[in-house]
Amino acid sequence: MMKQRLLSKWMFFLVVFISYLAAALADTGLVFSALSYTADLLWTVLPVILMVFALIFVSNIILTPQRIVRYMGKGSGIKGWLIAMAGGILSSGPIYMWYPLLSDLREKGMKPSLIAAFLYNRAVKIPLMPLMIYYFGWAFTLVLAFYMILFSIINGLIVGKLTEVKE
Amino acid sequence: MVSPIYRESALKTWSSFMQNAPILLGMLLLISLFITAVPKSLYSSFFTGNLVLDPLLGAVFGSLATGNPLNSYIIGGELLAQGVGLVAITAFILSWVTVGIVQLPAESLMLGKRFSVTRNMVSFLTAIIAAILVVLTLGVLA
Repeated sequence: MMKQRLLSKWMFFLVVFISYLAAALADTGLVFSALSYTADLLWTVLPVILMVFALIFVSNIILTPQRIVRYMGKGSGIKGWLIAMAGGILSSGPIYMWYPLLSDLREKGMKPSLIAAFLYNRAVKIPLMPLMIYYFGWAFTLVLAFYMILFSIINGLIVGKLTEVKE
Repeated sequence: MVSPIYRESALKTWSSFMQNAPILLGMLLLISLFITAVPKSLYSSFFTGNLVLDPLLGAVFGSLATGNPLNSYIIGGELLAQGVGLVAITAFILSWVTVGIVQLPAESLMLGKRFSVTRNMVSFLTAIIAAILVVLTLGVLA
């Protein structure tokens, strides 16, 4: 099972590699631009990658499956929702950089509904709010932030309802 | 002498990194190719001013697009200046960050297919509903 999962992850990488080969046949310049963009992106997200794996290291020491279940598992209540929502708002960097940590926490007992709420709240980006205010104004930014937080709960509840029962 | 707890945690973290590295690197490459291949000006050419179709298109493009949310604000600002409706732009901005078609293979591999597909579908629908509610609320407040 473990080997199969690892193999499928390398298969994904292989598919991306083949996409690059196909793109290179059509437009070599595009591929070089994309590779250059990747290098810049990797440099930008490197601190986030390090932070995520540092958190995984710390969580392996501090967060036992029993603690995860207590704080973010079934029966964690409002406390679990608040932790997931605050985590989503405060986390930085691209969304996919957080998948390994969430996958780790899920294996230890974190509820899928709270993972969904965490991911939805990543839409609320406090450092980017000044730019949103510049483009769309104060009222729009505040109303949007309010609905994003509200819908993170609705989203989490629906996803939880649809996935937690059968898993 | 390193404590066995730290040693075990370091080994687990290294194992997790090695397992996730092909996905993370693959995602970075895929997103870079997508961003380089799709010009930002393409988005504005699809909106027609239709009240029903535009929010749906906004959510579709937001779901397909990827990258820093900052870009969604800039594109959204440009679309607004071009006269595209606020509901469509809000759906676009919301789905940009909450739905990820490009990231879906990676999300499925790490968090499970059922969870990822369900989460993205629900997020797509809620992006449209939330966009309508945002504009309605702004109308009431104005």
